[in-house]
Amino acid sequence: MDITVNILLTIATAATPLLIAAIGELVVERSGVLNLGVEGMMIMGAVCGFGAAYLTGSPWIGVLAAIIAGALFSLLFAFMTLTLATNQVATGLSLTILGLGLSGMIGTNFVGLPGVRLPNLYIPGLSDIPVVGKLLFGQDPLFYVSIALVIAVSWFLFKTRKGLMLRSIGDSHSSAHALGIPVIAYRYLAVMFGGACAGLAGAHLSLVYTPQWVENMTAGRGWIALALVVFASWRPMRVLAGAYIFGAVWIGQLHAQAFGIPVPSQFLSALPYLATIVVLVLISRNKRLTMMNTPASLGQPFVPDR
Amino acid sequence: MKKLIGALMLTVGAAALSTAASAQEKFKACWVYVGPVGDFGYSYQHDQGRLQVEKELGDKVETAYLENVAEGPDAERAFERLAREGCKMIFGTSFGFMDPELKVAAKFPDVKFEHATGFKMAPNMGIYNARFYEGRYIIGQIAAKQSKAGLAGYIVSFPIPEVVMGINAFMLGAQSVNPDFKVKIVWVNTWFDPAKEADAAKALFDQGADIIVQHTDSTGPLQVAQERGLHGFGQASDMTKFAPKSQYTAIVDDWGPYYVSRVKAALDGTWKPEDRWEGLKEGAVVMAPYANLPEDVVKAAQETEAKIKGGWNPFTGPITKQDGSEFLPAGAVADDKTLLGMNFYVKGVDDKLPQ
Repeated sequence: MDITVNILLTIATAATPLLIAAIGELVVERSGVLNLGVEGMMIMGAVCGFGAAYLTGSPWIGVLAAIIAGALFSLLFAFMTLTLATNQVATGLSLTILGLGLSGMIGTNFVGLPGVRLPNLYIPGLSDIPVVGKLLFGQDPLFYVSIALVIAVSWFLFKTRKGLMLRSIGDSHSSAHALGIPVIAYRYLAVMFGGACAGLAGAHLSLVYTPQWVENMTAGRGWIALALVVFASWRPMRVLAGAYIFGAVWIGQLHAQAFGIPVPSQFLSALPYLATIVVLVLISRNKRLTMMNTPASLGQPFVPDR
Repeated sequence: MKKLIGALMLTVGAAALSTAASAQEKFKACWVYVGPVGDFGYSYQHDQGRLQVEKELGDKVETAYLENVAEGPDAERAFERLAREGCKMIFGTSFGFMDPELKVAAKFPDVKFEHATGFKMAPNMGIYNARFYEGRYIIGQIAAKQSKAGLAGYIVSFPIPEVVMGINAFMLGAQSVNPDFKVKIVWVNTWFDPAKEADAAKALFDQGADIIVQHTDSTGPLQVAQERGLHGFGQASDMTKFAPKSQYTAIVDDWGPYYVSRVKAALDGTWKPEDRWEGLKEGAVVMAPYANLPEDVVKAAQETEAKIKGGWNPFTGPITKQDGSEFLPAGAVADDKTLLGMNFYVKGVDDKLPQ
């Protein structure tokens, strides 16, 4: 029983950063903006979170710093693509490259320092219940944040008027503009929300997962988060499921190997991308499904006067 | 997407190209790293060696490096770029750079190339390595003495001879103490991903191992050991700061003296391609201070260390292969060529080697 609980806990830790980054990007893409800079914003969150926590001694200040860093960094992307209407793909890629380089520079002095860990939740009594206690009441705080974020985003997008407006911008920015919805303002906020989430996901890596700073510590998780959004066909609950499937496959293969079952690890490393391609093929075969979920203006710059 | 990431990494690496003073007449020595210099592991130690070259020969030599260069075809561009930019000597520091580096070496006969941990040479390309396996034999002995479960978890990157040799040396060391010692092996398919490595450590601990050994480069696994109150060994750097209560020792690479001597040779005009493989005796491999261990275990480890420094090779027969056939008869010592091409396990390793 213990081993099952431990495996589940490990899966949750592996899935949480993917989930947080992906749910943020989902909101961005629902507003019609494609930000490929997730990896860059995530690593900026990781380095700023680590640095702030290390310098102040408080992991919570680290979390806050990571959120702010991610949001500020995404503001650069927002200004370029929304105000200057640059190409979103190229700008997003530059954001990733810039983030990876800049974080390395900021983090030079943090290399080789043991970090501050964000403590796990502990509720006396509840956390001590066998099996469920640890799973429900004994995980790291960001795990609960990630679940809350999924619920909140789902509610916002599909149950509120503002969520409807955001989705309508994503589907047709000119129509939304004609109706008087402030397209650019909405998109600025969506991009910054995505940045804040990516920053928070980075903080999970440098303050919970492995409390340390090393260059490139995101190791491609930003790209997996991007793939996850497509995999989930832009639905929040499917992002939740997808993150846990990806996490379970990864942790499962480690355990399989340790049990002595040979698994080709190269194949499993490629699995998130393969799964995304399969989903893309499946949804594009069904025109109605594609129309329903894919934001129709995704990736197109919006210039009101043109 | 993978290829795109590779291309990105290369660009990032290129962006990090750092040059010291750009005085024309200075001899330019360059390095190519597989990871970031901030990994606090393998690439970090190579960069410490580069810094030592700069410190000791800085008036005559300028240095540059490319970090995060992906192994495989992408690496070719990295080497070619350095050669075109005026590097007179280039060190490729990872096994997977072997063929790309060899190709570029053929194109630039006037540039001196050196490749770490490989086995292919050319008229202008030498090879060098450190006998890490000597350290792995020692940690095998320590693991067998300290493990209550009689089981160690071993996190590995890629099935290359260097890594297989390490697993075998570890097992031979462990078996010299406890012939029934077991090891569980997990391939993570990366040299550097702290979170993945930590996950692998968790999986191995969950399955009953109480000591973790790694042949990957981050401090992730040791942090997990520290959290769980269990133990492990550092890789490439002394990682004791990350796990003060958990690190028994670490196999530390010290490339500095080697790099200084090779760059000096190039300056004097005495450089020629060589096959250099140094270990504990020459100081290329150093054991970090033994910690969290009872006195008798420390003493035994120091004795083994002294024995290896005295010229004894951990791969001394009798040794049986995993399939039961004989590898070395009693008293025979494996030659370097066999070790560098090692593609089989010794008896007692319970894993199938990925092909």
